[in-house]
Amino acid sequence: MFSRAYRAAITVPPLLWVAVFLLVPYALLLCYSFWSVSSFQTIVHSWNWENYRELFRVDAYWQTLLRSMWIAARVMFFSLLLGYPLAYYLSFYAGRRKELLYQMVIIPLWVSYLVRAYAWKTILGSDGVLNTLLQYVHLTQHPLDFLLYSPFAVVLTLTHIYTPFAFLPIYASLEHIPRNLVEASQDLGASPLQTFWRVVFPLSIPGVVAGATFAFVLSLGDFLAPLLLGGPSGIMISNIVVSLFGAAYNWPLGAAISFCMLLLVLALLFLSENLEKKWSFR
Amino acid sequence: MNAPSLLSIRNVAKSFGKNSVLRNISLEIAEGEFLTILGESGSGKTTLLRIIAGFESATSGEIWMGGERLDPLPPYRRRVNTVFQQYALFPHLSVADNVGYGLKVANLSRTEISTRVEQALAMVKMTARANAKPSQISGGQQQRVALARALVNRPRLLLLDEPLSALDANLRRQMQVELKSLQREVGITFVFVTHDQEEAMVMSDRIALLRMGELEQVASPREIYNRPATAYTAQFIGHTNLLQAQVQDGVARCQSLAWKVSLPDGPALFSLRPENVRFASGDGVRIRGTVQQQAFHGATDLLRIDCGEGLVLSMRAASRENWTGKVELQFQPEDAIPVRASQERT
Repeated sequence: MFSRAYRAAITVPPLLWVAVFLLVPYALLLCYSFWSVSSFQTIVHSWNWENYRELFRVDAYWQTLLRSMWIAARVMFFSLLLGYPLAYYLSFYAGRRKELLYQMVIIPLWVSYLVRAYAWKTILGSDGVLNTLLQYVHLTQHPLDFLLYSPFAVVLTLTHIYTPFAFLPIYASLEHIPRNLVEASQDLGASPLQTFWRVVFPLSIPGVVAGATFAFVLSLGDFLAPLLLGGPSGIMISNIVVSLFGAAYNWPLGAAISFCMLLLVLALLFLSENLEKKWSFR
Repeated sequence: MNAPSLLSIRNVAKSFGKNSVLRNISLEIAEGEFLTILGESGSGKTTLLRIIAGFESATSGEIWMGGERLDPLPPYRRRVNTVFQQYALFPHLSVADNVGYGLKVANLSRTEISTRVEQALAMVKMTARANAKPSQISGGQQQRVALARALVNRPRLLLLDEPLSALDANLRRQMQVELKSLQREVGITFVFVTHDQEEAMVMSDRIALLRMGELEQVASPREIYNRPATAYTAQFIGHTNLLQAQVQDGVARCQSLAWKVSLPDGPALFSLRPENVRFASGDGVRIRGTVQQQAFHGATDLLRIDCGEGLVLSMRAASRENWTGKVELQFQPEDAIPVRASQERT
């Protein structure tokens, strides 16, 4: 096999990279979360739980966290609602157009996030494309103001951005279902609908769980969409973290919130991995 | 077969694009019959089975089952069940749930489902593994479960797509016998697809030999072996000597061989089974030759005898070491079966 030196040469650099640029910063973050800020805007290295207490004492923080989770949950729901039928159609019925359609789902991923977020801004704004059209056809008299700078805009944009992330694992799991299982089901008298619910869907659950996790976790930590399109009512927890590390200059509290989010996400990933294992049979 | 016809395949043809896979297939399958569709890979046998099951639609022709037209129905409306080549058991369901699947989607009562599943599992001796997942049981056991899952629905017709090809030789022979006795027991019509001529001979009431999308011959194993209609059939089923002869005035001649026949003048092709070629003693068509090659087949040896002028005959002889030297052979004229030349097909 490979020599020790060779194995070391290929494993050490990436390990070092992860250690220096990921584990050390996380450790620092953890330290910061137990420190505090003096009235002279300097970091005081005295260990205490104050930041974590603050987080649960001040309504704005945990309410924003809850709202972020609620937004992420809706993004997850709509991404699955759009991604699953798309993946199902592509995998089972697209035939020769499969490759082309697959590329069309992937291409938007290459477009900058900012461009896509701004695109929604021009669509949803008070003199944007949608409002102009609605007034032109006399469906409304005045521009609808809930369209932009609202949780609605955030959910819409994030759903648009993260649907491909939900689509991909679902598509992969559907592609892995042996087609003779579908035939066996029909052969045993199951209608196409029964076949879907009794065979195809159960076997695609690992993909659904992975897709749901992607959509939820990625949108939970998002701060650009709420920043650009959320307005005051659409603020998410990451925006608070950004401002704490920036203008507010309260790194310790920002670190504490970040660390809570990290734990939450790790718990979710752990849960989703277990669910995926429980539902995979190969 | 005098039993009433259950399945009637009428002029079925199938092509994928320009590629013609089946041509002009007409076949009557009797109630309770064990019919084997035999053919090499690419002969169209699996396609024919898939057309009967409803996974493919025929390009032309009709299929009738018990006075009802079958081919316009989707697979889930046909009283036909299939045992798939790779078994196709549902990996997320237990053995019992796999077997009960067809009954469940038919909305039968819970009690009826469980009694019938129990019976079916007992029939294939899988009761002990009812709660196992398919990935936890062996290939042979998966095969039994697949069989139970199909039979529990009491189909009028059971299709089996090379169900034994994934098993090792011993288990395969055992399953051939079990499958045959099971078929007699349940009395369901079996249509069995295989490329293994020995398997076909052991199990079938009748064999339908398919060659490049057309039926070559449909007959009982005994008849197809003893009275092959074409050169292809004679060569595909068992070993044979094909003699290219010229008939003139009631005598067929092939190199130095000559025997009486009742055929019109002209070229003719004969199939002569190796076991009908014997060492000379008494009456018969005689020829001398030298032993060229010997292949050990257990109780018998297959010898290749070079008779000169390019004529090489295969014969079966009692097994013994080192057959060599000059021999004199003979066969009876009636054992040379006239066969049609098989046309080239593309």
